[in-house]
Amino acid sequence: MQPAHSNTVIEASKLGLTFQTNDGPVRALSDVDLTIGKGEFVSFIGPSGCGKTTFLRVIADLERPTSGTISINGMTPQQAREARAYGYVFQAAALFPWRTIENNVALPLEIMGVSRAEQKARIKRTLDLVNLSGFEKKFPWQLSGGMQQRASIARALAFDADLLLMDEPFGALDEIVRDHLNEQLLKLWDQTNKTICFVTHSIPEAVYLSTRIVVMSPRPGRVTDVIESTLPKERPLDIRETPEFLAIAARVRDGLRAGHSYD
Amino acid sequence: MTMASNTLAQSPAKQAGIFSRIVSGSVFPVLSILAALVVLWYVFAVVMNAPFQRDLDRRAGEAPGFVEFVGKTLTQPKPVLPTPYQVASNFFENTFMRKITSNRSLVYHAWVTLSSTLLGFAFGTVLGILIAVGIVHFVALDRSLMPWIIASQTIPILAIAPMVVVVFAAVGITGLVPKALISTYLSFFPVAVGMVKGLRSPEIMHLDLMHTYNASPSQTFWKLRVPASVPYLFASMKVAVAASLVGAIVAELPTGAVAGIGAKLLAGSYYSQTIEIWSALVAGSIVAVLLVTLVGVAGRIVERSMGGRPA
Repeated sequence: MQPAHSNTVIEASKLGLTFQTNDGPVRALSDVDLTIGKGEFVSFIGPSGCGKTTFLRVIADLERPTSGTISINGMTPQQAREARAYGYVFQAAALFPWRTIENNVALPLEIMGVSRAEQKARIKRTLDLVNLSGFEKKFPWQLSGGMQQRASIARALAFDADLLLMDEPFGALDEIVRDHLNEQLLKLWDQTNKTICFVTHSIPEAVYLSTRIVVMSPRPGRVTDVIESTLPKERPLDIRETPEFLAIAARVRDGLRAGHSYD
Repeated sequence: MTMASNTLAQSPAKQAGIFSRIVSGSVFPVLSILAALVVLWYVFAVVMNAPFQRDLDRRAGEAPGFVEFVGKTLTQPKPVLPTPYQVASNFFENTFMRKITSNRSLVYHAWVTLSSTLLGFAFGTVLGILIAVGIVHFVALDRSLMPWIIASQTIPILAIAPMVVVVFAAVGITGLVPKALISTYLSFFPVAVGMVKGLRSPEIMHLDLMHTYNASPSQTFWKLRVPASVPYLFASMKVAVAASLVGAIVAELPTGAVAGIGAKLLAGSYYSQTIEIWSALVAGSIVAVLLVTLVGVAGRIVERSMGGRPA
Protein backbone atom coordinates (compact mmCIF):
# COMPACT_ATOMS: atom_id res chain seq x y z
CA MET A 1 0.00 0.00 0.00
CA GLN A 2 1.13 3.50 -0.75
CA PRO A 3 1.14 6.26 1.85
CA ALA A 4 -2.21 7.92 2.47
CA HIS A 5 -3.07 10.60 -0.05
CA SER A 6 -3.07 14.17 1.08
CA ASN A 7 -6.48 14.57 -0.57
CA THR A 8 -8.35 11.37 0.12
CA VAL A 9 -11.74 10.93 -1.52
CA ILE A 10 -12.77 7.49 -0.23
CA GLU A 11 -11.45 5.83 2.86
CA ALA A 12 -12.76 2.42 3.94
CA SER A 13 -11.47 0.51 6.91
CA LYS A 14 -12.48 -2.93 8.14
CA LEU A 15 -15.63 -2.48 6.04
CA GLY A 16 -18.04 -5.40 6.15
CA LEU A 17 -21.57 -6.05 4.93
CA THR A 18 -23.65 -9.10 5.71
CA PHE A 19 -27.01 -9.63 4.00
CA GLN A 20 -29.64 -11.47 6.00
CA THR A 21 -31.34 -13.88 3.60
CA ASN A 22 -33.76 -16.74 4.05
CA ASP A 23 -30.85 -19.17 3.65
CA GLY A 24 -28.96 -17.50 6.48
CA PRO A 25 -26.48 -14.62 6.48
CA VAL A 26 -24.40 -13.92 3.35
CA ARG A 27 -21.15 -12.04 3.83
CA ALA A 28 -20.95 -9.79 0.77
CA LEU A 29 -18.00 -7.75 2.07
CA SER A 30 -15.47 -8.60 4.71
CA ASP A 31 -12.63 -6.48 6.15
CA VAL A 32 -12.19 -4.19 3.16
CA ASP A 33 -9.44 -1.61 3.71
CA LEU A 34 -9.03 0.84 0.85
CA THR A 35 -8.03 4.45 0.30
CA ILE A 36 -8.77 6.23 -2.97
CA GLY A 37 -7.20 9.60 -3.70
CA LYS A 38 -8.42 12.49 -5.77
CA GLY A 39 -8.08 12.07 -9.52
CA GLU A 40 -7.48 8.32 -9.38
CA PHE A 41 -9.08 5.85 -11.77
CA VAL A 42 -9.66 2.72 -9.71
CA SER A 43 -11.06 -0.49 -11.19
CA PHE A 44 -12.65 -3.23 -9.14
CA ILE A 45 -12.37 -6.65 -10.71
CA GLY A 46 -13.39 -10.10 -9.58
CA PRO A 47 -15.79 -12.95 -10.28
CA SER A 48 -19.48 -12.46 -9.65
CA GLY A 49 -20.35 -12.51 -5.98
CA CYS A 50 -17.05 -10.94 -4.93
CA GLY A 51 -18.78 -7.82 -3.66
CA LYS A 52 -17.38 -5.32 -6.17
CA THR A 53 -20.80 -3.93 -7.03
CA THR A 54 -21.81 -4.06 -3.35
CA PHE A 55 -18.76 -1.96 -2.45
CA LEU A 56 -19.76 0.62 -5.06
CA ARG A 57 -23.33 0.64 -3.74
CA VAL A 58 -22.02 1.18 -0.20
CA ILE A 59 -20.11 4.25 -1.40
CA ALA A 60 -23.33 5.45 -3.08
CA ASP A 61 -25.40 4.85 0.07
CA LEU A 62 -27.53 2.31 -1.80
CA GLU A 63 -26.45 -0.31 0.78
CA ARG A 64 -25.55 0.18 4.45
CA PRO A 65 -22.40 -1.53 5.79
CA THR A 66 -22.87 -3.72 8.85
CA SER A 67 -19.36 -3.24 10.23
CA GLY A 68 -16.32 -1.01 9.80
CA THR A 69 -16.25 2.57 8.59
CA ILE A 70 -16.26 4.36 5.25
CA SER A 71 -16.00 8.05 4.46
CA ILE A 72 -16.43 9.99 1.23
CA ASN A 73 -14.77 13.41 1.23
CA GLY A 74 -14.74 13.08 5.01
CA MET A 75 -18.51 12.52 5.13
CA THR A 76 -20.65 9.45 5.71
CA PRO A 77 -22.13 7.91 2.54
CA GLN A 78 -25.53 9.37 3.42
CA GLN A 79 -24.13 12.87 3.88
CA ALA A 80 -22.17 12.50 0.65
CA ARG A 81 -25.31 11.44 -1.20
CA GLU A 82 -27.27 14.33 0.25
CA ALA A 83 -24.45 16.65 -0.84
CA ARG A 84 -24.69 15.11 -4.32
CA ALA A 85 -21.03 14.19 -4.16
CA TYR A 86 -21.08 11.51 -6.86
CA GLY A 87 -22.61 10.53 -10.17
CA TYR A 88 -23.60 6.89 -10.61
CA VAL A 89 -23.64 4.99 -13.90
CA PHE A 90 -25.57 1.71 -13.80
CA GLN A 91 -25.05 -1.51 -15.75
CA ALA A 92 -27.91 -0.53 -18.05
CA ALA A 93 -28.37 3.03 -19.30
CA ALA A 94 -31.53 3.38 -17.17
CA LEU A 95 -32.76 6.34 -19.21
CA PHE A 96 -36.40 7.33 -18.73
CA PRO A 97 -38.08 6.19 -21.96
CA TRP A 98 -40.59 9.07 -21.89
CA ARG A 99 -37.86 11.72 -21.80
CA THR A 100 -35.75 12.89 -24.72
CA ILE A 101 -31.98 12.62 -24.36
CA GLU A 102 -31.64 16.26 -23.30
CA ASN A 103 -34.45 15.89 -20.78
CA ASN A 104 -32.84 12.74 -19.40
CA VAL A 105 -29.62 14.68 -18.87
CA ALA A 106 -31.70 17.46 -17.31
CA LEU A 107 -33.32 15.08 -14.79
CA PRO A 108 -30.72 15.44 -12.00
CA LEU A 109 -30.50 19.17 -12.69
CA GLU A 110 -34.28 19.56 -12.29
CA ILE A 111 -34.16 17.61 -9.05
CA MET A 112 -31.29 19.70 -7.75
CA GLY A 113 -33.06 22.93 -8.64
CA VAL A 114 -30.65 24.22 -11.30
CA SER A 115 -32.01 27.20 -13.27
CA ARG A 116 -33.35 26.68 -16.80
CA ALA A 117 -30.58 28.66 -18.46
CA GLU A 118 -27.88 26.82 -16.51
CA GLN A 119 -29.55 23.49 -17.35
CA LYS A 120 -29.33 24.30 -21.05
CA ALA A 121 -25.66 25.19 -20.86
CA ARG A 122 -24.79 22.04 -18.91
CA ILE A 123 -26.77 19.77 -21.23
CA LYS A 124 -24.90 21.16 -24.19
CA ARG A 125 -21.51 20.83 -22.48
CA THR A 126 -22.00 17.27 -21.24
CA LEU A 127 -23.54 16.00 -24.47
CA ASP A 128 -20.54 17.51 -26.32
CA LEU A 129 -18.26 15.70 -23.87
CA VAL A 130 -19.77 12.28 -24.73
CA ASN A 131 -20.10 13.08 -28.46
CA LEU A 132 -23.89 13.11 -28.53
CA SER A 133 -24.47 16.60 -29.90
CA GLY A 134 -27.36 16.57 -32.36
CA PHE A 135 -29.25 13.85 -30.51
CA GLU A 136 -30.85 16.14 -27.93
CA LYS A 137 -34.42 15.66 -29.20
CA LYS A 138 -34.21 11.90 -29.73
CA PHE A 139 -35.90 9.43 -27.44
CA PRO A 140 -33.76 6.64 -25.90
CA TRP A 141 -35.20 3.87 -28.11
CA GLN A 142 -33.99 5.78 -31.17
CA LEU A 143 -30.35 5.39 -30.02
CA SER A 144 -28.04 2.36 -30.10
CA GLY A 145 -27.03 0.68 -26.83
CA GLY A 146 -23.62 2.38 -26.80
CA MET A 147 -25.15 5.80 -27.40
CA GLN A 148 -27.70 5.21 -24.64
CA GLN A 149 -24.90 4.37 -22.23
CA ARG A 150 -23.02 7.55 -23.29
CA ALA A 151 -26.19 9.53 -22.59
CA SER A 152 -26.35 7.98 -19.13
CA ILE A 153 -22.71 9.01 -18.55
CA ALA A 154 -23.61 12.55 -19.65
CA ARG A 155 -26.44 12.48 -17.12
CA ALA A 156 -24.00 11.45 -14.36
CA LEU A 157 -21.59 14.22 -15.39
CA ALA A 158 -24.24 16.93 -15.69
CA PHE A 159 -24.22 18.06 -12.08
CA ASP A 160 -20.43 18.23 -11.80
CA ALA A 161 -19.81 15.80 -8.98
CA ASP A 162 -16.08 15.13 -8.53
CA LEU A 163 -16.62 11.42 -8.06
CA LEU A 164 -17.96 9.08 -10.74
CA LEU A 165 -19.11 5.59 -9.74
CA MET A 166 -19.50 3.21 -12.70
CA ASP A 167 -20.96 -0.27 -12.27
CA GLU A 168 -19.99 -2.39 -15.30
CA PRO A 169 -21.27 0.37 -17.58
CA PHE A 170 -20.06 -1.30 -20.79
CA GLY A 171 -20.74 -4.90 -19.77
CA ALA A 172 -23.68 -5.33 -22.13
CA LEU A 173 -21.97 -3.80 -25.17
CA ASP A 174 -19.99 -5.52 -27.90
CA GLU A 175 -16.19 -5.46 -27.97
CA ILE A 176 -15.79 -2.80 -30.67
CA VAL A 177 -18.18 -0.33 -29.06
CA ARG A 178 -16.61 -1.08 -25.70
CA ASP A 179 -13.08 -0.28 -26.98
CA HIS A 180 -14.35 2.97 -28.41
CA LEU A 181 -16.12 3.97 -25.20
CA ASN A 182 -13.08 3.03 -23.09
CA GLU A 183 -10.95 5.38 -25.19
CA GLN A 184 -13.53 8.15 -24.82
CA LEU A 185 -13.83 7.55 -21.09
CA LEU A 186 -10.07 7.96 -20.63
CA LYS A 187 -10.16 11.21 -22.60
CA LEU A 188 -13.09 12.39 -20.51
CA TRP A 189 -11.29 11.48 -17.28
CA ASP A 190 -8.26 13.43 -18.49
CA GLN A 191 -10.37 16.49 -19.37
CA THR A 192 -12.47 16.59 -16.21
CA ASN A 193 -9.95 15.36 -13.63
CA LYS A 194 -12.61 13.37 -11.82
CA THR A 195 -12.09 10.46 -9.47
CA ILE A 196 -13.55 7.33 -11.04
CA CYS A 197 -14.46 4.01 -9.42
CA PHE A 198 -15.10 1.46 -12.14
CA VAL A 199 -16.48 -2.04 -11.65
CA THR A 200 -15.71 -4.55 -14.40
CA HIS A 201 -15.17 -8.24 -15.01
CA SER A 202 -12.88 -7.68 -17.99
CA ILE A 203 -9.14 -7.85 -17.32
CA PRO A 204 -8.06 -5.85 -20.43
CA GLU A 205 -10.64 -3.17 -19.65
CA ALA A 206 -9.41 -2.84 -16.06
CA VAL A 207 -5.74 -2.69 -17.05
CA TYR A 208 -6.34 -0.29 -19.95
CA LEU A 209 -8.34 2.22 -17.91
CA SER A 210 -6.96 2.21 -14.40
CA THR A 211 -4.29 3.87 -12.36
CA ARG A 212 -5.00 1.22 -9.74
CA ILE A 213 -6.69 -2.18 -9.95
CA VAL A 214 -8.39 -3.72 -6.94
CA VAL A 215 -8.69 -7.52 -7.27
CA MET A 216 -11.48 -9.05 -5.21
CA SER A 217 -12.56 -12.61 -4.43
CA PRO A 218 -15.88 -14.09 -3.30
CA ARG A 219 -17.26 -15.86 -0.21
CA PRO A 220 -16.72 -13.65 1.65
CA GLY A 221 -16.15 -10.66 -0.65
CA ARG A 222 -12.69 -9.29 0.12
CA VAL A 223 -9.74 -7.48 -1.45
CA THR A 224 -6.97 -9.91 -2.40
CA ASP A 225 -4.61 -7.62 -4.31
CA VAL A 226 -4.19 -3.95 -5.18
CA ILE A 227 -2.10 -3.34 -8.30
CA GLU A 228 -0.57 0.03 -9.16
CA SER A 229 -0.48 0.56 -12.91
CA THR A 230 2.86 1.58 -14.35
CA LEU A 231 1.31 2.56 -17.69
CA PRO A 232 1.62 6.21 -18.75
CA LYS A 233 -1.40 8.48 -18.61
CA GLU A 234 -1.46 8.73 -22.41
CA ARG A 235 -2.85 5.36 -23.56
CA PRO A 236 -3.57 4.60 -27.21
CA LEU A 237 -5.56 1.40 -27.77
CA ASP A 238 -2.50 -0.53 -29.03
CA ILE A 239 -0.82 -0.11 -25.66
CA ARG A 240 -2.62 -3.36 -24.95
CA GLU A 241 -0.01 -5.25 -26.99
CA THR A 242 2.99 -3.93 -25.02
CA PRO A 243 4.85 -6.26 -22.61
CA GLU A 244 4.20 -3.81 -19.76
CA PHE A 245 0.43 -4.07 -20.29
CA LEU A 246 0.57 -7.85 -20.55
CA ALA A 247 2.63 -8.09 -17.36
CA ILE A 248 -0.01 -6.16 -15.39
CA ALA A 249 -2.77 -8.24 -16.96
CA ALA A 250 -0.95 -11.42 -15.95
CA ARG A 251 -0.69 -10.20 -12.37
CA VAL A 252 -4.41 -9.43 -12.29
CA ARG A 253 -5.17 -12.87 -13.68
CA ASP A 254 -2.94 -14.51 -11.05
CA GLY A 255 -4.70 -12.54 -8.35
CA LEU A 256 -8.10 -13.64 -9.63
CA ARG A 257 -7.00 -17.27 -9.82
CA ALA A 258 -5.52 -17.23 -6.31
CA GLY A 259 -8.71 -15.88 -4.82
CA HIS A 260 -10.97 -18.22 -6.71
CA SER A 261 -11.58 -21.66 -5.30
CA TYR A 262 -13.48 -24.04 -7.54
CA ASP A 263 -15.45 -25.88 -4.91
CA MET B 1 -23.37 8.50 -35.81
CA THR B 2 -26.36 8.80 -38.13
CA MET B 3 -27.82 5.38 -37.50
CA ALA B 4 -30.42 6.69 -35.10
CA SER B 5 -31.91 9.05 -37.66
CA ASN B 6 -32.31 6.16 -40.09
CA THR B 7 -34.43 4.14 -37.73
CA LEU B 8 -36.88 7.03 -37.67
CA ALA B 9 -37.86 6.70 -41.30
CA GLN B 10 -40.54 4.06 -41.66
CA SER B 11 -40.33 1.94 -44.79
CA PRO B 12 -43.17 2.90 -47.15
CA ALA B 13 -43.16 -0.52 -48.87
CA LYS B 14 -46.03 -1.81 -46.77
CA GLN B 15 -48.81 -0.16 -48.79
CA ALA B 16 -50.36 -3.25 -50.37
CA GLY B 17 -53.36 -3.22 -52.74
CA ILE B 18 -56.83 -2.85 -51.23
CA PHE B 19 -57.98 -6.27 -52.42
CA SER B 20 -55.11 -8.21 -50.88
CA ARG B 21 -55.59 -6.23 -47.69
CA ILE B 22 -59.25 -7.25 -47.54
CA VAL B 23 -58.41 -10.90 -48.02
CA SER B 24 -55.34 -11.03 -45.80
CA GLY B 25 -56.39 -8.45 -43.24
CA SER B 26 -59.01 -8.73 -40.54
CA VAL B 27 -61.88 -7.26 -42.62
CA PHE B 28 -62.69 -10.45 -44.52
CA PRO B 29 -62.75 -12.85 -41.54
CA VAL B 30 -64.79 -10.40 -39.46
CA LEU B 31 -67.33 -9.91 -42.25
CA SER B 32 -67.73 -13.65 -42.84
CA ILE B 33 -68.36 -14.24 -39.13
CA LEU B 34 -70.91 -11.40 -39.21
CA ALA B 35 -72.69 -12.92 -42.22
CA ALA B 36 -72.83 -16.31 -40.48
CA LEU B 37 -74.26 -14.70 -37.35
CA VAL B 38 -76.96 -12.89 -39.35
CA VAL B 39 -77.99 -16.14 -41.07
CA LEU B 40 -78.08 -17.94 -37.73
CA TRP B 41 -80.12 -15.08 -36.26
CA TYR B 42 -82.77 -15.41 -38.99
CA VAL B 43 -82.96 -19.18 -38.44
CA PHE B 44 -83.49 -18.69 -34.72
CA ALA B 45 -86.05 -15.92 -35.36
CA VAL B 46 -88.13 -18.31 -37.44
CA VAL B 47 -87.81 -21.16 -34.92
CA MET B 48 -88.55 -19.02 -31.86
CA ASN B 49 -91.42 -17.02 -33.36
CA ALA B 50 -93.06 -20.09 -34.96
CA PRO B 51 -95.09 -21.37 -31.94
CA PHE B 52 -96.86 -18.02 -31.46
CA GLN B 53 -97.49 -17.69 -35.19
CA ARG B 54 -98.91 -21.23 -35.33
CA ASP B 55 -101.20 -20.31 -32.43
CA LEU B 56 -102.40 -17.18 -34.25
CA ASP B 57 -103.01 -19.08 -37.47
CA ARG B 58 -104.92 -21.83 -35.67
CA ARG B 59 -107.24 -19.33 -34.00
CA ALA B 60 -107.80 -17.47 -37.24
CA GLY B 61 -108.43 -20.81 -38.93
CA GLU B 62 -105.72 -20.22 -41.50
CA ALA B 63 -103.30 -22.73 -42.94
CA PRO B 64 -100.55 -20.76 -44.71
CA GLY B 65 -97.95 -22.39 -46.90
CA PHE B 66 -94.37 -22.71 -45.72
CA VAL B 67 -93.03 -19.58 -47.40
CA GLU B 68 -95.96 -17.46 -46.21
CA PHE B 69 -95.58 -18.89 -42.67
CA VAL B 70 -91.87 -18.05 -42.54
CA GLY B 71 -92.63 -14.55 -43.85
CA LYS B 72 -95.15 -14.05 -41.06
CA THR B 73 -92.72 -15.18 -38.34
CA LEU B 74 -90.26 -12.57 -39.55
CA THR B 75 -92.69 -9.64 -39.45
CA GLN B 76 -94.49 -9.99 -36.11
CA PRO B 77 -94.98 -6.66 -34.31
CA LYS B 78 -93.95 -8.17 -30.94
CA PRO B 79 -91.78 -11.17 -31.80
CA VAL B 80 -89.95 -13.33 -29.27
CA LEU B 81 -86.81 -12.71 -31.31
CA PRO B 82 -86.94 -9.79 -33.74
CA THR B 83 -85.03 -10.09 -37.02
CA PRO B 84 -81.94 -8.03 -37.79
CA TYR B 85 -83.99 -6.10 -40.34
CA GLN B 86 -86.68 -5.20 -37.80
CA VAL B 87 -84.03 -4.08 -35.29
CA ALA B 88 -82.09 -2.13 -37.90
CA SER B 89 -85.12 -0.30 -39.27
CA ASN B 90 -86.37 0.52 -35.76
CA PHE B 91 -82.90 1.72 -34.83
CA PHE B 92 -82.63 3.84 -37.96
CA GLU B 93 -86.08 5.35 -37.46
CA ASN B 94 -85.51 6.19 -33.79
CA THR B 95 -82.01 7.52 -34.35
CA PHE B 96 -82.23 9.57 -37.52
CA MET B 97 -85.92 10.23 -38.18
CA ARG B 98 -86.85 11.81 -34.85
CA LYS B 99 -86.04 15.12 -33.24
CA ILE B 100 -83.27 14.42 -30.74
CA THR B 101 -85.32 16.12 -28.01
CA SER B 102 -88.18 13.64 -28.48
CA ASN B 103 -88.37 10.94 -25.80
CA ARG B 104 -88.73 8.37 -28.57
CA SER B 105 -85.33 9.33 -29.98
CA LEU B 106 -82.50 6.91 -29.21
CA VAL B 107 -80.06 9.81 -29.45
CA TYR B 108 -81.91 11.47 -26.57
CA HIS B 109 -81.84 8.30 -24.44
CA ALA B 110 -78.22 7.57 -25.33
CA TRP B 111 -77.29 11.12 -24.32
CA VAL B 112 -79.00 10.74 -20.93
CA THR B 113 -77.08 7.53 -20.27
CA LEU B 114 -73.87 8.94 -21.72
CA SER B 115 -73.92 11.98 -19.45
CA SER B 116 -74.18 9.92 -16.29
CA THR B 117 -71.61 7.47 -17.70
CA LEU B 118 -69.10 10.26 -18.27
CA LEU B 119 -69.70 11.88 -14.88
CA GLY B 120 -69.41 8.51 -13.13
CA PHE B 121 -66.32 7.64 -15.18
CA ALA B 122 -64.67 10.92 -14.21
CA PHE B 123 -65.47 10.36 -10.53
CA GLY B 124 -64.33 6.74 -10.76
CA THR B 125 -61.04 7.58 -12.47
CA VAL B 126 -60.20 10.27 -9.91
CA LEU B 127 -61.23 8.03 -7.01
CA GLY B 128 -59.29 5.07 -8.43
CA ILE B 129 -56.14 7.18 -8.84
CA LEU B 130 -56.43 8.60 -5.31
CA ILE B 131 -56.88 5.13 -3.82
CA ALA B 132 -53.89 3.83 -5.81
CA VAL B 133 -51.68 6.72 -4.67
CA GLY B 134 -52.67 5.99 -1.08
CA ILE B 135 -52.06 2.28 -1.41
CA VAL B 136 -48.63 2.76 -3.00
CA HIS B 137 -47.47 5.26 -0.37
CA PHE B 138 -48.90 3.85 2.86
CA VAL B 139 -48.32 0.22 3.82
CA ALA B 140 -51.28 0.42 6.23
CA LEU B 141 -53.63 1.34 3.36
CA ASP B 142 -52.21 -1.43 1.21
CA ARG B 143 -53.07 -3.97 3.91
CA SER B 144 -56.41 -2.53 4.99
CA LEU B 145 -57.95 -1.11 1.83
CA MET B 146 -57.23 -3.70 -0.85
CA PRO B 147 -59.39 -6.52 0.61
CA TRP B 148 -62.32 -4.10 0.93
CA ILE B 149 -61.90 -2.88 -2.62
CA ILE B 150 -61.94 -6.43 -3.93
CA ALA B 151 -64.91 -7.33 -1.72
CA SER B 152 -66.81 -4.28 -2.99
CA GLN B 153 -66.80 -5.73 -6.49
CA THR B 154 -68.31 -9.03 -5.40
CA ILE B 155 -71.55 -7.37 -4.26
CA PRO B 156 -74.10 -7.46 -7.09
CA ILE B 157 -74.55 -3.96 -8.44
CA LEU B 158 -78.28 -4.59 -8.89
CA ALA B 159 -78.60 -4.94 -5.10
CA ILE B 160 -76.81 -1.68 -4.43
CA ALA B 161 -78.26 0.56 -7.13
CA PRO B 162 -81.76 1.02 -5.62
CA MET B 163 -80.32 1.62 -2.14
CA VAL B 164 -78.00 4.32 -3.43
CA VAL B 165 -80.84 6.03 -5.26
CA VAL B 166 -83.21 5.82 -2.29
CA VAL B 167 -80.62 7.07 0.20
CA PHE B 168 -79.70 10.02 -1.98
CA ALA B 169 -83.33 10.83 -2.72
CA ALA B 170 -83.93 10.90 1.08
CA VAL B 171 -81.38 13.70 1.43
CA GLY B 172 -82.77 15.52 -1.56
CA ILE B 173 -80.24 14.53 -4.22
CA THR B 174 -81.86 13.09 -7.32
CA GLY B 175 -81.19 12.93 -11.02
CA LEU B 176 -77.74 12.60 -12.49
CA VAL B 177 -75.51 12.25 -9.41
CA PRO B 178 -76.93 9.05 -7.86
CA LYS B 179 -76.80 7.36 -11.26
CA ALA B 180 -73.27 8.58 -11.82
CA LEU B 181 -72.23 7.21 -8.43
CA ILE B 182 -73.27 3.72 -9.47
CA SER B 183 -71.03 4.12 -12.52
CA THR B 184 -68.30 5.31 -10.18
CA TYR B 185 -68.78 2.21 -8.03
CA LEU B 186 -68.02 -0.01 -11.01
CA SER B 187 -65.32 2.10 -12.68
CA PHE B 188 -63.03 3.04 -9.80
CA PHE B 189 -61.99 -0.59 -9.34
CA PRO B 190 -60.09 -1.24 -12.59
CA VAL B 191 -58.44 2.18 -12.34
CA ALA B 192 -57.34 1.60 -8.73
CA VAL B 193 -55.92 -1.85 -9.51
CA GLY B 194 -54.25 -0.70 -12.74
CA MET B 195 -52.73 2.40 -11.15
CA VAL B 196 -51.37 0.48 -8.15
CA LYS B 197 -49.57 -1.69 -10.69
CA GLY B 198 -48.52 1.33 -12.77
CA LEU B 199 -47.19 3.38 -9.86
CA ARG B 200 -45.19 0.35 -8.76
CA SER B 201 -43.89 -0.36 -12.27
CA PRO B 202 -40.61 1.66 -12.16
CA GLU B 203 -37.55 -0.58 -12.19
CA ILE B 204 -35.34 -0.84 -9.11
CA MET B 205 -32.57 0.78 -11.13
CA HIS B 206 -34.68 3.88 -11.82
CA LEU B 207 -35.61 4.11 -8.14
CA ASP B 208 -31.93 3.71 -7.17
CA LEU B 209 -31.07 6.45 -9.64
CA MET B 210 -33.52 8.86 -7.98
CA HIS B 211 -32.05 7.83 -4.62
CA THR B 212 -28.52 8.75 -5.73
CA TYR B 213 -29.85 12.21 -6.67
CA ASN B 214 -31.29 12.50 -3.16
CA ALA B 215 -34.67 13.13 -4.80
CA SER B 216 -37.59 13.83 -2.45
CA PRO B 217 -40.51 11.40 -2.39
CA SER B 218 -42.66 13.91 -4.26
CA GLN B 219 -39.99 14.35 -6.95
CA THR B 220 -39.77 10.56 -7.33
CA PHE B 221 -43.56 10.44 -7.56
CA TRP B 222 -44.00 13.15 -10.19
CA LYS B 223 -40.89 12.53 -12.26
CA LEU B 224 -40.80 8.72 -12.17
CA ARG B 225 -43.89 6.97 -10.83
CA VAL B 226 -46.52 9.10 -12.59
CA PRO B 227 -45.01 8.99 -16.10
CA ALA B 228 -44.29 5.26 -15.71
CA SER B 229 -47.94 4.61 -14.82
CA VAL B 230 -49.48 6.35 -17.84
CA PRO B 231 -49.78 3.22 -20.06
CA TYR B 232 -51.40 1.38 -17.13
CA LEU B 233 -53.81 4.27 -16.61
CA PHE B 234 -55.13 4.20 -20.14
CA ALA B 235 -55.39 0.40 -20.23
CA SER B 236 -57.46 0.45 -17.05
CA MET B 237 -59.52 3.45 -18.21
CA LYS B 238 -60.62 1.42 -21.24
CA VAL B 239 -62.05 -1.23 -18.93
CA ALA B 240 -63.44 1.42 -16.59
CA VAL B 241 -65.34 3.36 -19.24
CA ALA B 242 -67.12 0.20 -20.41
CA ALA B 243 -67.94 -0.68 -16.78
CA SER B 244 -69.21 2.88 -16.30
CA LEU B 245 -71.68 2.48 -19.13
CA VAL B 246 -72.92 -0.79 -17.67
CA GLY B 247 -73.30 0.99 -14.33
CA ALA B 248 -75.29 3.83 -15.84
CA ILE B 249 -77.65 1.45 -17.65
CA VAL B 250 -78.10 -0.77 -14.58
CA ALA B 251 -78.72 2.35 -12.48
CA GLU B 252 -81.65 3.27 -14.72
CA LEU B 253 -83.36 -0.11 -14.34
CA PRO B 254 -84.54 -0.22 -10.71
CA THR B 255 -84.75 3.50 -10.08
CA GLY B 256 -87.82 4.42 -12.01
CA ALA B 257 -85.83 6.49 -14.47
CA VAL B 258 -87.90 7.73 -17.37
CA ALA B 259 -85.04 8.37 -19.77
CA GLY B 260 -81.86 6.58 -20.76
CA ILE B 261 -80.94 3.33 -22.44
CA GLY B 262 -81.76 1.43 -19.23
CA ALA B 263 -85.21 3.04 -18.95
CA LYS B 264 -85.82 2.19 -22.58
CA LEU B 265 -84.87 -1.46 -21.94
CA LEU B 266 -87.18 -1.60 -18.93
CA ALA B 267 -90.12 0.01 -20.72
CA GLY B 268 -89.61 -2.36 -23.62
CA SER B 269 -89.78 -5.37 -21.32
CA TYR B 270 -92.93 -4.04 -19.57
CA TYR B 271 -94.80 -3.77 -22.85
CA SER B 272 -93.14 -6.74 -24.60
CA GLN B 273 -91.68 -4.38 -27.20
CA THR B 274 -88.85 -6.70 -28.08
CA ILE B 275 -87.84 -4.69 -31.14
CA GLU B 276 -87.43 -1.58 -28.96
CA ILE B 277 -85.34 -3.57 -26.48
CA TRP B 278 -83.03 -4.81 -29.18
CA SER B 279 -82.57 -1.43 -30.80
CA ALA B 280 -81.82 0.11 -27.40
CA LEU B 281 -79.22 -2.64 -26.94
CA VAL B 282 -77.67 -1.73 -30.28
CA ALA B 283 -77.57 1.93 -29.24
CA GLY B 284 -75.87 0.97 -25.97
CA SER B 285 -73.28 -1.14 -27.79
CA ILE B 286 -72.48 1.68 -30.19
CA VAL B 287 -71.99 4.09 -27.29
CA ALA B 288 -69.69 1.52 -25.63
CA VAL B 289 -67.61 1.06 -28.77
CA LEU B 290 -67.30 4.83 -29.20
CA LEU B 291 -66.25 5.37 -25.59
CA VAL B 292 -63.65 2.59 -25.58
CA THR B 293 -62.27 3.76 -28.93
CA LEU B 294 -62.08 7.34 -27.70
CA VAL B 295 -60.12 6.35 -24.59
CA GLY B 296 -57.85 4.19 -26.75
CA VAL B 297 -57.14 7.04 -29.17
CA ALA B 298 -56.50 9.47 -26.30
CA GLY B 299 -54.11 6.93 -24.80
CA ARG B 300 -52.24 6.53 -28.06
CA ILE B 301 -51.89 10.30 -28.51
CA VAL B 302 -50.54 10.73 -24.98
CA GLU B 303 -48.12 7.82 -25.29
CA ARG B 304 -46.88 9.10 -28.64
CA SER B 305 -46.14 12.48 -27.11
CA MET B 306 -44.24 10.67 -24.36
CA GLY B 307 -41.87 9.08 -26.84
CA GLY B 308 -43.75 5.85 -27.35
CA ARG B 309 -42.32 3.75 -30.16
CA PRO B 310 -44.81 3.81 -33.04
CA ALA B 311 -46.29 0.34 -33.28
